[in-house]
Amino acid sequence: MSDPREARGLDQRFYLVAFSTLVIKECNRFLRIWLQTVLPPGISMGLYFVIFGHLIGPRIGTMGGFDYMQYIAPGIIMMAVITNAYSNVTSSFFGAKFQRHIEEILVAPMPDELILAGYVTGGVCRGVCVGALVTLVASFFTDLAVHSYLVTFTVVVLTSTLFSLGGFINAIFARKFDDISIVPTFVLTPLTYLGGVFYSIDLLPDFWRHMSLLNPILYMVNAFRFGILGVSDIPLARAFVVIASLVVVLTVWSLYLLKRGVGLRT
Amino acid sequence: MHPAASEVALSLAGLRKVYGNGKEALRGIDLEVAAGDFFALLGPNGAGKSTTIGIVSSLVRKSAGTVKVFGIDIDLNFSLAKAQLGLVPQEINFSQFETVQEILLNQAGYYGIPRRAALARAEKYLTQLSLWDRRGDVSRTLSGGMKRRLMIARALVHEPRLLILDEPTAGVDIEIRRSMWEFLARINREGTTIILTTHYLEEAEQLCRNIAIIDGGQIVEHSSIRELLAKLNQETFVLDVAAPLPAVLPASDFACKRIDDHGLEVTLARGRKLNDVFAELSAAGIEVTSMRNKSNRLEELFLRLVRENVDHE
Repeated sequence: MSDPREARGLDQRFYLVAFSTLVIKECNRFLRIWLQTVLPPGISMGLYFVIFGHLIGPRIGTMGGFDYMQYIAPGIIMMAVITNAYSNVTSSFFGAKFQRHIEEILVAPMPDELILAGYVTGGVCRGVCVGALVTLVASFFTDLAVHSYLVTFTVVVLTSTLFSLGGFINAIFARKFDDISIVPTFVLTPLTYLGGVFYSIDLLPDFWRHMSLLNPILYMVNAFRFGILGVSDIPLARAFVVIASLVVVLTVWSLYLLKRGVGLRT
Repeated sequence: MHPAASEVALSLAGLRKVYGNGKEALRGIDLEVAAGDFFALLGPNGAGKSTTIGIVSSLVRKSAGTVKVFGIDIDLNFSLAKAQLGLVPQEINFSQFETVQEILLNQAGYYGIPRRAALARAEKYLTQLSLWDRRGDVSRTLSGGMKRRLMIARALVHEPRLLILDEPTAGVDIEIRRSMWEFLARINREGTTIILTTHYLEEAEQLCRNIAIIDGGQIVEHSSIRELLAKLNQETFVLDVAAPLPAVLPASDFACKRIDDHGLEVTLARGRKLNDVFAELSAAGIEVTSMRNKSNRLEELFLRLVRENVDHE
């Protein structure tokens, strides 16, 4: 048997191989079951475009200077990115806990940071992949001329990172399958619908407009809308500060939980 | 690579574990396993074997004490210490949706082995464990024995210096068990240090050179198998005889008990010779056709040590 200390020090190459293995495994997982993971959001978001954009939209008229269909498209794409990034990590990480093959990773010489990065990158990949599919579906219904590719791409990556981290924390605490559906159903979905996907918060009375500012999803939807259409209810810089701050907070929390072994090590 | 004779593969000092519910699973374990050893860690259910293994493999957090793997303290260089270890856990713990080969390639990747080298290693160990033909099959379709062998192949794919097996042959048939014994004996000869926990004491007696018995979270015995067996002060044999035995057995120096018409139980104190038994039986006209131990020798000692530990408490 070779001596691992001689054969390969735990150098950057080691970490790169371990990280890419985890990311490829995560991507293979959701691509292998694409009928459950990638296609459904394309269909359900397509229905949003048909019902809200095509059938109801013309009666609403314009919003923010754009056709209603154009106005809601960025929010609908972002909704798909958020839910898919989140559910990818919850289902994968909790599934690994449930089947106990998470032990493969816990026993391996992978630092906690690398484990977190691997799962989050898997979530980001699914978020981006589904986001691209929904964008393609949207292009059949409306013209989406991108205002800023840099802003659009950065917001998608940051948002999917944030919700992958959220999904990771949910999966760490989850003890049964119900626990990974509670947050998406009772927290994520309401916040997304109330996060300015279908309307501008300028339409709301003052009280609800101020309440809406407490909803982090509002910042993501508006930053993404700025990237696509060039309009936003929120100043772009403020949106980025909110999203980036939340990413930092959830990263620190996730690493703390991993280092403490919460839900993983007895 | 064969380890140096004086090298210590695993060193545990003052290892304690108190679970959140207040249960003290380990009460100060001190143990050293030499490099190249085939070591048995035995104990009744709930004795602390799996907790010990869990701490060494980082699945369980210790409350106190130190763990060193080939001299590397897991608290000081966690990753490097873990790179030396391979673990075959008690329960099946691979993804039920991945293929046999995927499981090995992923495991190799987690240990930093590049894809090409991982493919070669996967082929090597799947072939050695007779699973290469099933490499494309989803793991859940394998039989119980194949799943056990897959866990061994997975634990070896990064070629660890210390392999820990927690009841690797539980629930597998005798043929597969024996082939696994041969395989484990071979990789031990090739230099891998092996720590084995098992409830099959025959397995420990056949494979292992040294042994520790753990009970109630403490080591109650730590010696070589040979030394331990030497402590056995009597042994009981079952003899099968050709002709029906008389209703009353002839007077004997040995403790003889009639089991049935063709069976006899003889208990021999240490130092007495089997030849004397046969001579006495021949003189009485009793012809022995076969003989076996009434129970495994290690099993007798194990039960005695565990019973003594309970009495002390």
